[in-house]
Amino acid sequence: MPPSATPPSFGTLALRWYRLNQGRLRATAIGIAALIAFLLVWHLLTTYRVVFFVRFTNVPSPLAVYASFTKAMHDPKFLMHILLSCRRIFIGFSLAAIIGVPLGLIMGRFKLVHEIIFPVAEVLRPIPAIAWVPMAIMLWPTNEQSIVFITFLGSFFPILVNTLHGMSLVDPVLVRAAQCLGARERSIFREVYFPASLPHIFTGLTVGMGVAWVSLIAAEMISGQYGIGYFTWEAYSLVQYADIALGMIAIGVLGLGSSLLIRGAGQLVMPWRAK
Amino acid sequence: MSDIAAKEPQGHIEVRNFSLSYDGIEGPVQAVTDTQIHVKPGEFVSIVGPSGCGKSTLLNAVAGFLKPTTGIVTVDGERVNGPSAERGMVFQQYSLFPWKTVRENVEFGLKMRGMPRSQRERAARTLLGLAGLEAFEKHYPEKLSGGMKQRVGIVRALATGPKVLLLDEPFGALDAQTRVIMQQILTNMWQRLKISVLFVTHDIDEAIFLSDRVYCMTARPGSIKAEIPIPLERPRQQSMMMSSEFLALRRGLMSLIREESLKAMGGEINDMGMQGLNIELHGHSLVEVL
Repeated sequence: MPPSATPPSFGTLALRWYRLNQGRLRATAIGIAALIAFLLVWHLLTTYRVVFFVRFTNVPSPLAVYASFTKAMHDPKFLMHILLSCRRIFIGFSLAAIIGVPLGLIMGRFKLVHEIIFPVAEVLRPIPAIAWVPMAIMLWPTNEQSIVFITFLGSFFPILVNTLHGMSLVDPVLVRAAQCLGARERSIFREVYFPASLPHIFTGLTVGMGVAWVSLIAAEMISGQYGIGYFTWEAYSLVQYADIALGMIAIGVLGLGSSLLIRGAGQLVMPWRAK
Repeated sequence: MSDIAAKEPQGHIEVRNFSLSYDGIEGPVQAVTDTQIHVKPGEFVSIVGPSGCGKSTLLNAVAGFLKPTTGIVTVDGERVNGPSAERGMVFQQYSLFPWKTVRENVEFGLKMRGMPRSQRERAARTLLGLAGLEAFEKHYPEKLSGGMKQRVGIVRALATGPKVLLLDEPFGALDAQTRVIMQQILTNMWQRLKISVLFVTHDIDEAIFLSDRVYCMTARPGSIKAEIPIPLERPRQQSMMMSSEFLALRRGLMSLIREESLKAMGGEINDMGMQGLNIELHGHSLVEVL
C-alpha cells in the first residue's frame, strides 16, 4: 500500500466487517430471537395454565425453573449429580471409543475377523440400551458399573459400525499409490486406512455420544441413586416440578456440550477438512 | 537428488509371453494375450489402443498389482512380484493423500524408506522447487487445480528415485492447455532424470509427441498390433505437431486404432442386439451412422 494512502477509518472497517459477517450475524440474531420466543410462549402457557389437549396446569414456568436453578447452583448435591453423570459418560464413552475404533479398523482390514464378529454384532446391535438394564444389573457387582456398562453399550455400536463403514469406503487407488511408494502393510494401515476412515470415525463418535446420553439417563432413572437422570426422576416423585424441567435442561446442555467437544476434536485431528 | 541425475540409465523393462485372464461368471475372460514389450533403459515408450483393450492391465502388471496368467515381467532382469518403490506410478485420478499436505505427499516414499524428517523435508522442498510448486508445499491437495495435483503426483512418484516411471493416462482428466504444459514438464523431468517411462494413453498426439516408441494394442483380448518408432528429434517443440513427419505418424496410428475401435464397438453393438439395423461393420459407414 502506498504510504500516502490514509488508513481506513474505524467506520469503514466496521462496515466492512459487518458486510463480511452479515450471514452469520443474521443467523445468530434469528437464533436468539427464536429462543426468546420459545421462553415467552412457555411463560404464557404456564402463567395462564392452558389446557388444550395437553395440560400446562402443573408445568413449571420459566421463572420458577430459573429460581430452582439459582438454588441448585449453591447446592453441592445438584453439582454432584451432574459430575457423576459426566464421569459415567466419560468412562463409558471412552471405553466404547477405545474398543470400538480399533475393532472396526481391524474388522475392516481382516476378512476373517469381520466374518466372526459381524454376525454377533448385528444381533446385539438392535437391542436398545434400556433393554440391557436387567441383564447389566445381573452381570455387574455394583450399580455404578452396570450404569457405565449401559452407557458403553449405547455408544459402542454406532462407533463400531461407522468405523467399519469408513474402512469399506477407503479408495483402493490410494492403497496402490502407497504400495508403489514402498509402504508395507503396517504403514498402509497407519498412513492410509486410518486417516481415510477418520471422517466416518468421527461421525460414529458424534452419534455414539448422543446415544450414550440417552442410555445413561435411562439407566439412571431405573437403577441409579445419583446422576442427573436420577435427579430428574426423583424430582417427579417428590413433586418438585420445577426441578424436572431443570434436570431436562441440564441434560440438554450437557449433551450439546459433549457433542461440541467431539466436533472440536474432529477439527483438530482432521485439519484437511477445515471448512 | 543430483545423484539420480548422474546415474547411468537403468530400468530395462521386459514383458515376455504375457497373458492375463480373470475369472468371469461364464469362465475365464482373456484381458491380454500373447504380448511382448520392452522398454530400454532411459527410453520413453507409450502404449495406445482402443478403450478396454487391456493397456492399463498391462501397466498394472508391470507395476506389480496384477500377476500374469502366463509369461513374465522383469525389470533389469529381476522378476516383478509385487508393487515396489523401484517402479513409480502416476494415476489418472491423481491419488494424492487428501490428509497430507503437498510436501507430506512428496515425502511419503522417503518416509517409508526411513529417511529422517529433516532430510526428507529438504529433499521434498528441492523437488517441489523443480516443479514450481514450492509456494504450495503447505497446501492440502483439495485446494489445488488438476494440473497442480498431477505435478505433485509425478514429483511424489519420482522422489524415491525409481528406475522406471509408469503413467496410467495421467493427463486424461486435464484440459487441453494444461495437458500441453504437463507434457512439457514430464519431458523435462524425464530428460533430467534419465529414467525409463512406460506411458499409457488413448491420445495419439500425446503418445507421438512424448515417445521414442509407441506400441499399438488390438481390441480385447489385447495384444500388440504394431510397434512404431518415433524418429522425431529432441528436444521436441509444439510446432513439430504440424510437421509432415508428425502428421504421417499420426495418420498411420489413427488408422490402426480406428480398425481396432470399430472391432471393439462392433462387438458392443452386436451385444446390444442391434444387428437388425443392418449396419455395415467395416469402414467409415459405421462412424458416419454413429
